[in-house]
Amino acid sequence: MNYNERLSGNEAIAFAMKQIDPDVMAAFPITPSTEIPQYFAQYVADGEVNTEFVPVESEHSSMSACIGAEAAGARAVTATSSCGLALMYEMMYVAASSRLPITLACVNRALTGPININNDHSDSMGIRDAGWIQIYAENNQEAYDNFLQAMPIGEHPDVRLPVMICQDGFITSHALENITLLDTESVKQFVGEYNPENYLLKKENPLAIGPYDLGCHYMEHKVQQAEAMKHAKARILEVAAEFEKVTGRKYGLFEEYQMEDADLALVLIGSSAGTAKAAVDRLRKEGVKAGLIKLRVFRPFPAEELAQALKHVKALAILDKAESFSAHGGPLFSEVRAALYDLEPRPRTVGYVYGLGGRDVTPAHFRAIYARLADIAAGGDLGPVYTHMGQRE
Amino acid sequence: MERTYHFKHTLEKKERFAPGHRLCAGCGAGIAVRGVLRALREEDRAVVGNATGCLEVSSFLYPYTAYEDSYIHTAFESAGASLSGVEAAYNALKRKGKIDGTVKFITFGGDGGTYDIGFQSLSGAMERGHDLTYVCYDNEAYMNTGIQRSSSTPRFARATTSPVGTAVPGKSQNKKNLTDIIAAHNVPYVAQTTFIGNFRDLYTKAKKAIYTPGPSFLNVMAPCPRGWEYPTEKLPEICRLAVETCVWPLFEVENGVWRLSYAPKKKLPVEDYLKMQGRFRHMFKPGNEWMIEAVQQSVDENWDKLLNKCNTNL
Repeated sequence: MNYNERLSGNEAIAFAMKQIDPDVMAAFPITPSTEIPQYFAQYVADGEVNTEFVPVESEHSSMSACIGAEAAGARAVTATSSCGLALMYEMMYVAASSRLPITLACVNRALTGPININNDHSDSMGIRDAGWIQIYAENNQEAYDNFLQAMPIGEHPDVRLPVMICQDGFITSHALENITLLDTESVKQFVGEYNPENYLLKKENPLAIGPYDLGCHYMEHKVQQAEAMKHAKARILEVAAEFEKVTGRKYGLFEEYQMEDADLALVLIGSSAGTAKAAVDRLRKEGVKAGLIKLRVFRPFPAEELAQALKHVKALAILDKAESFSAHGGPLFSEVRAALYDLEPRPRTVGYVYGLGGRDVTPAHFRAIYARLADIAAGGDLGPVYTHMGQRE
Repeated sequence: MERTYHFKHTLEKKERFAPGHRLCAGCGAGIAVRGVLRALREEDRAVVGNATGCLEVSSFLYPYTAYEDSYIHTAFESAGASLSGVEAAYNALKRKGKIDGTVKFITFGGDGGTYDIGFQSLSGAMERGHDLTYVCYDNEAYMNTGIQRSSSTPRFARATTSPVGTAVPGKSQNKKNLTDIIAAHNVPYVAQTTFIGNFRDLYTKAKKAIYTPGPSFLNVMAPCPRGWEYPTEKLPEICRLAVETCVWPLFEVENGVWRLSYAPKKKLPVEDYLKMQGRFRHMFKPGNEWMIEAVQQSVDENWDKLLNKCNTNL
């Protein structure tokens, strides 16, 4: 049964955690994800969950404790942002390579240097190659829905990988929105029990985890991990289909908005998609064939699917809410552009880095991009492919 | 001391740390693990944790494990936190009726993983009160990477990042007193031990540590023949001299009560301990007598402080 509530993105995630009632939650506060362990600690204090809450002394330890718990045979969750995720960096690789389907609620925030508490994607983009599945949300509803899908994806025997459920710090984490919740019984049924095949606490068959892996085995283990990430794509779609049956809400690897006949398109991630859609609606009224793709799943990267969806586009802008200091473009730009390489003809592509440290993005910004794309599509000069948007000159 | 300790019967228990591991001959780490795991009741299971270090890379090389029990290694600085997670999972699954039988949680780390890089996660695990035992096998330097100094390396000892040169005579700083620091966490059981005689001290302390509810900490001096530069067969003698000179006193702190486990009849001079080890060789060169005097003075002061805490007058 679905019912409506008014929740912030953080509360929606905490509520999803409460409905799932995981075995272990280990977390350390950091803005803007702090509320998630706060809400959860209250559920524990009020006896509303059966979870062991481990209030660790750092994010390095929260990920380490989650690894220990998941390896022991439990379902473990955590939440973090920004520097907290950066502090986990080493352990993120350990979690993924040990094939432990931990779920992490990532509330995206700029990385320090200088310190800034507002939203961009530099934290999760910085850790994109750690071997975690990454799923992004545009709004509170998607954050909640994605969290409910995380465990059925990550825990599947063909996958066995940890999952990050990302949402935009403050923009969705602290904004109240009307969202539709699934009743707890349906959540429990949908998410199911975690019954791993092997785990540390299994009586019959002791398990050793975290070996010193010599050159004669390391590569084979990495290939297995890579294969699991390939399998994840199909599993994500399977789980989305099951989720649609229960909720009526449809999810894929990405969302296509007005893409069917689009000549001009954007690819972007997260809450900015809402603003961009408003710009698309205006342009459509003006007769401009504008569309956009909001990427939901960044890892595994849906390269073939994106190429298919973008093959008819004449000019494309790829927007990164993260710098990678390659002096060529952000991570999303590099990967999307590479995905289009074998198309013939290929869309002409430009990249923008925008919204760093919470810099606002408005429909006017998107209109300006579409105007440039229209010019490129009409045979105009491509101009610089790597630019920044929204900064003061 | 446990009255029921019987060396022969203890040795007849099934080994939980199998031979075939790749630790060096004369290494204290393997002796510490064997000795501590021997204190488990045979009917109890355990999950053994491990910080990255010599022990880890020598006892679990894929696909071979030396542990009869379940084992987890995650990283260098995370042994305390990882085992906290395992223990939390046990509590949750036990409560849900998914696990039967008793499982104990014991983690091993060298002084690098314990005194230094893993100090924070150890402190966190102790403070939160997990029912686990953290065992430090203290060999007084980062041996796995090739004998670099740690905060546990004693003053004047030669290490590759505190070399003996013409201007600096080995490590400049005193050894950190980690056992006291963990005792200051007010956990139920903290003890310091090493390999002495028939292993009664190690066994009884390990047993108390493992079976005292709540967090416990064992600091086990575990010499390293390569780093300390001694012939492998001299390990028991070095341990004995560490205790007889009061360089490494044996004591325990049980629910805040400090107790001396052993008082030498006649405290031996520190030279007896130092001269057996190549890492202190330069201290015996003419003109360097002041170094030995400084060590003696420091050992005497620490011994007096310990006697005071233990309320013992000799």
